[in-house]
Amino acid sequence: MSSLKALIQTICPEAVFSNEETGTLQVELSPKELSGLLKPLRNQQDLLFDYLEDLIGMDFGEKLGVIYRLYSTVNGHRIILVCQAANREKPELPSMTPYWAIANFYEREVFDFFGIHFVGHPDMRRLFLRNDWTGYPLRKDYDTSPEANPVKLDAEPLSDISPAVVEKSDGEVVEEDHALFEKDEYVVNIGPQHPATHGVLHFQVSLEGETVKKVDVHCGYIHRGIEKMCESLTYPQTLGYTDRLDYLSAHQNRHALCACIEEAMGLEIPRRAQYIRALMDELSRIQSHLLFYATYCMDLGALTPFFYGFRDREKILDIFEDTTGGRLIQNYYVIGGVSRDLHRDFVKKTAEFIKYLPTVLPEYHKVFTGNVIFRQRAQGIGILTREQAISHGATGPTARASNWSCDVRKHQPYSVYNEVEFKEILKTGGDCFDRYMARMEEIHESIAIIDQLLTKLPDGDYCAKTKPIIKLPEGRYFKSVETARGEFGVFIESRGDKYPYRLKFHPPCLPLVTLVDLLARNNKIADLISIGASLDYVVPDIDR
Amino acid sequence: MEIRKPKIKSLPYNEFNDNEYIEELRKNGVGIITGVLDEMINWGRSNSVWPLTFATSCCGIEFMAIGAARYDFARFGFEVTRASPRQADVIMVAGTIVTKMAPVLYRLYEQMADPKYVIAVGNCAVSGGPFTNSYHVVQGVDKILPVDVFIPGCPPRPEALLYGMMQLQRKIKVEPFLGGVNKKEPKSHRFPAINPGEEPIFAEKYHQTPISQAGSKAE
Repeated sequence: MSSLKALIQTICPEAVFSNEETGTLQVELSPKELSGLLKPLRNQQDLLFDYLEDLIGMDFGEKLGVIYRLYSTVNGHRIILVCQAANREKPELPSMTPYWAIANFYEREVFDFFGIHFVGHPDMRRLFLRNDWTGYPLRKDYDTSPEANPVKLDAEPLSDISPAVVEKSDGEVVEEDHALFEKDEYVVNIGPQHPATHGVLHFQVSLEGETVKKVDVHCGYIHRGIEKMCESLTYPQTLGYTDRLDYLSAHQNRHALCACIEEAMGLEIPRRAQYIRALMDELSRIQSHLLFYATYCMDLGALTPFFYGFRDREKILDIFEDTTGGRLIQNYYVIGGVSRDLHRDFVKKTAEFIKYLPTVLPEYHKVFTGNVIFRQRAQGIGILTREQAISHGATGPTARASNWSCDVRKHQPYSVYNEVEFKEILKTGGDCFDRYMARMEEIHESIAIIDQLLTKLPDGDYCAKTKPIIKLPEGRYFKSVETARGEFGVFIESRGDKYPYRLKFHPPCLPLVTLVDLLARNNKIADLISIGASLDYVVPDIDR
Repeated sequence: MEIRKPKIKSLPYNEFNDNEYIEELRKNGVGIITGVLDEMINWGRSNSVWPLTFATSCCGIEFMAIGAARYDFARFGFEVTRASPRQADVIMVAGTIVTKMAPVLYRLYEQMADPKYVIAVGNCAVSGGPFTNSYHVVQGVDKILPVDVFIPGCPPRPEALLYGMMQLQRKIKVEPFLGGVNKKEPKSHRFPAINPGEEPIFAEKYHQTPISQAGSKAE
């Protein structure tokens, strides 16, 4: 820790350090120092921060700024950088795009919400909102009244030119036009209403014959402004929105937010509640992967697996429904534990289910995995290397199929995951087939975890007592969990109030969707469908 | 006036709620000659309602679930989900509609061939649901489209979805087809913006307001 501080101090002598003893080193620096620090941060051997975990836009009150979370997969250390722009009228920060590929989308998101211009960013368009939107919604002085931005029913014009913010050699910052597509390029629109985009996502695909030259992703067709709404809700009220982000990992998302609030409060969770949470998390991982199997096969034209996947998924939903009352969205976890105890049949039904599922999984593989058409559309298609996965911030089974060990359950164990034994599924190919197999094999690991948890399930309370009004002490809190799609993170900035000052969700699916352009290039357009489906993104999670 | 009760195969008439809605639709009576023909055509129409594969969020998963074997909406003739609006009869608006999506949804609706129907699935499509206070969410799909059936729930259970679709079948069954639905044409093709407090645009455009809403709109 202290060596890290010394290293950064030599590069930026004026940086302010905090939080050295307790956890992650936090460094506050000016935009100018940051732009000098980026290159050594990424390339210097003893720093080598290759994974940009999150980039959080913030309205600090007087100034706008960004909080960066960086992690080094080689040295295993983590750092938080805080950088505030000089003024509110024309806020500018250095861009991270030359060093971390994922920064492209993250910075567009921050520009969209806060209006911060990133100098050196090649494509400074809005990411979620319409191009003709007035104002920057996550600023504290934003006018939320619907009069400011009425619902328009005219189609949004798509421009082939995007602005880029460039710094000239004499230090002057200017906006330049940057062509997305050339005049003679053949551009095809896929989505927002298309069955293969898994929701309302819009791809602009530039084609040469059947070969994809470039994919431009348009998000925001289901951007619901959850983060802004959370700022005016009390902590227990914010929980409800997490289920509706990635609705297939509803339990896990809520787990992240609950755990973050509990950690900030210093609340001890009863053992039984911990076990129940881990059980529910693994069950929802299985149902999510079953749904992945069903939809991936359906996207590639096989209809029978769709019925297989849904048949067995319904069994899990039944187990959920007994205990929580909900099928898809359960609203089960609360701050301090879970809202009610397990149903009396839960243990019996779950034990039956985990005995049943391994008997039908060979059938799944028999009907689909060996199929020669599927193999040709998946093997060797859309190869993602380990370096690309890290640079693009992809996590979850997608990254593990590219041999990047990034399972949060292993690396930062939460709940009771350090008490159970399971394998982290790693593949080396990084193609669509490996991404598919990684998920199918994770089902077996989840079954193993559930089996161990069921035998150890302790008696006792299922929820700790909390005060009626929950206030978090001032500070910044992070927590991430492993959902079915990757690392889902929660960031809370508290100013000691009962409302969060800023609540940011780090969606696992936003990095995944940035991979589409990278993986689909120079492949056939039919492979775009296979690649998109194998990444298994959920669109409301991208857009939040 | 006694109204001929529409018969739906799977559910007795008395088990439906909101039966006065049907009476509203039959208010002006039925032609003597065309009535029989109507009934035959509507029998066919109501038993082969083709939905558009359209979903924006969570409710879409439940929409897929009723397509799967356990709930199986093929029993009622809804199984032919179409990816193109040109071939669809009904659009199930499953999920939140946000400002950016509104023009897309509106265009999808315009692209569908008449007679066409809209079902608002889930609280988000009914009223904005949990996201109603957001800066980017349309507060109910009835602000932009004429909705035939509202299905509340977050998300609605598959049984609720099936019930809602059967309500639509009933509506189709009692509508006069000849000289009624087959003559309905949109008046203009302008795309106005909706400002808060304004009437939904379809009121002027399609000369109709959703009956179930007429009371609550007054407030």
